[in-house]
Amino acid sequence: MGITLPILILAIPITMFLILGIGGVKMTRKQAGILGIIANGTLAVIAYTVAFTYFFSGDANFIIDGVRQQYQVFDVTWLAFTQDLVVNIGFLLDPISALMLVVITTISFMVHLYSWGYMEHEPGFQRYYAFLALFTFSMLGLVVATNIFQMYIFWELVGVSSYLLIGFFYKLPSAVSASKKAFIVTRFADLGFLIGILVLSYYSDTFNFMELTSNPEGVLSSFGGATFMGASALTWAMVLIFTGGMGKSAMMPLHIWLPDAMEGPTPVSALIHAATMVVAGVYLVARLFPLYCVVDASLTFVCVVGAITAFYAAVVACTQIDIKRVLAFSTISQIAFMMVSLGCAYDKPVEGVHYSGLGYMAGMFHLFTHAMFKALLFLGAGALIHAVHSNNYTEMGGLRKYMPITHVTFLIGCLAIAGIFPFAGFFSKDEMLAAMFQRHWFWGAWMAMVAGLTSFYMFRLYFMVFWWEENPKYKEHKPHDAPWQMSVPLIFLAIVSTVCGFVPFGEFVTWDGVPYHIHFEIPVVVTSLTVAVLAILLAMVMYRKKNGIPARLKNAMPGLWTAAHHRFYWDEMYMFVTHKIIFGIICKGIAWFDRHVIDATMDMFAKVTQKTSYAIKGMQSGEIQTYVYWYFAGAVLLGAITWLCLI
Amino acid sequence: MDYSQFGSMIPELIVLGIFVLVFLFDTFSNENGKRILTPLTTILFGLGTIAIWIIPACGEEVFGGMYINDNATNAIKAILNIGVFIVFLQSAKWVESDEVAIRKGEFYELLLVTLFGMYLMVSARHFLLFIIGLESASLPLAALVAFNKKHYESHEAAIKYIMTAVFSSAILLVGLSFVYAFSGGSLYFQDIAYNIGGRPSGLLIIAIAFVIAGIGFKLSLVPFHLWTADVYQGAPTAITSYLSVVSKGAAAFAFFVIFVQCFGAVYSDVWEWMMYAVIIATITIGNLFAIRQKNMKRFMAFSSISQAGYIMLGAMAADGLGLASMMFYIFVYVVSNLGAFAVINTIEENSGKISMDDYNGLHKTNPWLSFAMTLAMFSLAGIPPFAGFFSKILIFTSVTGSNSWALYALVLIALINTIISLYYYLLVVKAMWISPEEPKIASFKTACVERWGLWLCVAGIIFFGLVPYIYQYCYDAVQSSLAYLTIF
Repeated sequence: MGITLPILILAIPITMFLILGIGGVKMTRKQAGILGIIANGTLAVIAYTVAFTYFFSGDANFIIDGVRQQYQVFDVTWLAFTQDLVVNIGFLLDPISALMLVVITTISFMVHLYSWGYMEHEPGFQRYYAFLALFTFSMLGLVVATNIFQMYIFWELVGVSSYLLIGFFYKLPSAVSASKKAFIVTRFADLGFLIGILVLSYYSDTFNFMELTSNPEGVLSSFGGATFMGASALTWAMVLIFTGGMGKSAMMPLHIWLPDAMEGPTPVSALIHAATMVVAGVYLVARLFPLYCVVDASLTFVCVVGAITAFYAAVVACTQIDIKRVLAFSTISQIAFMMVSLGCAYDKPVEGVHYSGLGYMAGMFHLFTHAMFKALLFLGAGALIHAVHSNNYTEMGGLRKYMPITHVTFLIGCLAIAGIFPFAGFFSKDEMLAAMFQRHWFWGAWMAMVAGLTSFYMFRLYFMVFWWEENPKYKEHKPHDAPWQMSVPLIFLAIVSTVCGFVPFGEFVTWDGVPYHIHFEIPVVVTSLTVAVLAILLAMVMYRKKNGIPARLKNAMPGLWTAAHHRFYWDEMYMFVTHKIIFGIICKGIAWFDRHVIDATMDMFAKVTQKTSYAIKGMQSGEIQTYVYWYFAGAVLLGAITWLCLI
Repeated sequence: MDYSQFGSMIPELIVLGIFVLVFLFDTFSNENGKRILTPLTTILFGLGTIAIWIIPACGEEVFGGMYINDNATNAIKAILNIGVFIVFLQSAKWVESDEVAIRKGEFYELLLVTLFGMYLMVSARHFLLFIIGLESASLPLAALVAFNKKHYESHEAAIKYIMTAVFSSAILLVGLSFVYAFSGGSLYFQDIAYNIGGRPSGLLIIAIAFVIAGIGFKLSLVPFHLWTADVYQGAPTAITSYLSVVSKGAAAFAFFVIFVQCFGAVYSDVWEWMMYAVIIATITIGNLFAIRQKNMKRFMAFSSISQAGYIMLGAMAADGLGLASMMFYIFVYVVSNLGAFAVINTIEENSGKISMDDYNGLHKTNPWLSFAMTLAMFSLAGIPPFAGFFSKILIFTSVTGSNSWALYALVLIALINTIISLYYYLLVVKAMWISPEEPKIASFKTACVERWGLWLCVAGIIFFGLVPYIYQYCYDAVQSSLAYLTIF
């Protein structure tokens, strides 16, 4: 493959950003929207071409003896700091980056189209499209990075575009504070990421992914047994790098920004905070998977963090009443699912395990299917909000009669996330559970429980919105289905969510490039289906028609309900730590030091400078005699003093 | 005499050719013809600049080794030319004003003559040629400073300029006569380098101090700088900007060549210690005075004194890297300083205001001018990512390359001074953007040609730092002419 298409993949979105960002104000909404959509459509076609060439062309660069290879389409020097410290920029093609190209461009295209309808009346429409293009560029640059430093830079760019888009409605104080929160929390996490990168590359002498992952044992030995606080330095490096992933992927305890990020426009939530950016953490772990395997402790860490987060987020999701918050917590829970799946994989054959890399394959599979159905759910939620003008689903109910398209597509999304055959989620979730049971029965059982909770809260949402009891306000303002720009993406994603489970995913993406033939393990299938169906039935009993069960249940466990409703007080804890401890105690001392020591020193410099300046102003008298006198005296003194010093 | 030798003086011939054309046109054209004098000169000069930029230097010593045109001298001439070109663009409106229009031919002719003199200074390898260049670069400038005939300040400035210039020439010649005594009857730079030696002699040390003083006048190094502020303030703004960049650039390059070539072998300690003191004094005193200035032209005068100190840091490195960084610094200084002067010039022309207080709230009425001025100030102060930051970094690294503690200390002092300079440069920015007062300068439209000049400067400020081409150009030029520089 030539380098034209790969370069276009990065060039098109950044060009669109510049065009729309600089020239957008001069365009009409229609021009900006159509331009953005056409550019993104082209981008999607190109990305598909690249991905299909990678998977199907059989080129020796891409596949050798049935094993898929990593291939750097180009990798050029970008920043040469010193002879040894060189940062490259390039384009890496391997199964997961090709997969991500497809996911990102598909969802991005759908969101561009959808936004045309959704954002039609918002001020700053052109700016919105410019930011979307910036995000697409950064995300694509992140996934095709050939080295961890390039990834880091695009990682930050993704963070910036996310910040800009969350705060898009900058006149709303809540949106502004949400964008700040998202940026600060993820930046804080990225500090760990950066330290991790530095530690890793300090010992291994390279940033390049292919060099790092092709020989993980070599990387381990290059650390030469360095340890820090009882754990090996490599473990620390990998855990710190994972911290960055925890921030972006909203793992506990850094998850607090994601629910607030829902203040952004809904299509943005679909694109960034459901399908693409938030899975960057999963992608990062998958990218460095061999290194995580080499130090088991770090992989276990990933697994434990994922398991706790998945359960926590699922419980909280059961008690939220804002439709987007429910989806946000559901996203957190599902990403954690992928993390656990990755954490349960091995990188070498293990006795008694029929396929050791199953967790990796399944995690990536779920990443793919989740992107599709979660984007569908968010876009559906957008259509609901568009119709009802509220995020709150106690103000919805009975909508199935008014919004048939939204209803059917949303139902498909719910079935997919619950893992009901034949929808996409069934296949990927089943493989993930199989991998977890294969690692240890505990992980399997724990995550099956989370899967049950998922079905429950999703169908709680579904029944509350589309069944339950009609909101009396509908009589004044009758809800209706969205315009075609919004319906088309819904229908398209619904179709994808229905059929994409049948993609023989194992043939394309495995950790070592060797194709794996997916087959079902009956016990796992039975378990997961039973749990899901039971949970759905429970939700149906509780929420299909208006009744008193939910209220009674809530009153039976008031403490638990309130705690879950308040997300187990994580935000309050953060507020306590930042305001009371950091601002209140630590910062006061620092502020004193700043004011009385640093500022005072600076003031002293300034005073001395001013005084001297005043004192010598007589030199500039305006009299030419004085000037010449100084001139001559200066020249003679200069010579004389040097003479005296040297002789 | 072999007249083909003139063939290697391509830049001089180009400037001389333009001068002759302008002179003839000015003399023999009628009133209508004179109207196109300004565009004609500007276009001719622009073409000449491009020609110098692209015609490779032959790199031969001619006239018995008195003159050389190698890649380094060619590069600095091209840089000076760009400065002059921008000055031409800036002054396009001023020369058409009632008072000046009738004499505009003289303006261009005198300016071109001084430029020719600077070319000779840069290319000279013999003190006689150097002195000729220096004088023909100095004396016509006095006429230019006095160009606003009816303004009292202009006269005062010219008198002060010419008196100091004459005095400095005298000092320089005294110094050179001492050198002549030691050099075995030759004024060739190379002969001087070979013939002086052994134990440092007291007379020669005085001589070196006098030569520093003589050239220091052109560079306005402290304590030879006192004329600067008065002259800058009194002279027409176009001439002030010419004085502050082009004249300084040529002198700095000549300084480097003379000291590295003549006194580099034996006396490098002597002149480097003198320069050490002079540079510290220049940077610091320039800054200390700049803080107190309210008149923008005086302000820029002291700022340019302090900038000259930074330029001369390149001479302290005394090697190819130093020269390359120095040339790059000059280039960046040309665009930054001319950018600032362009703004001062247009504002003075359109509103007659010249005090920093008048700039309060400028962004409300003239946002683009404020933007350009801000960039120029940022670049002069050395704020990344503008060109000034990179030129400062490069010149500092070239000095610290020689690994001596004294030079590290020098760079440290220069850095501290950068912070002081940040203060006064930002005063201007603050006045324009933050000061809450009502703007005193009404909104106006900058003349078209002046706007081009300003855009050139802004483009330079933004791109020279990010695009390594210019530095590479300087570096390559210096590397290829190292053989002619005889650096010891």
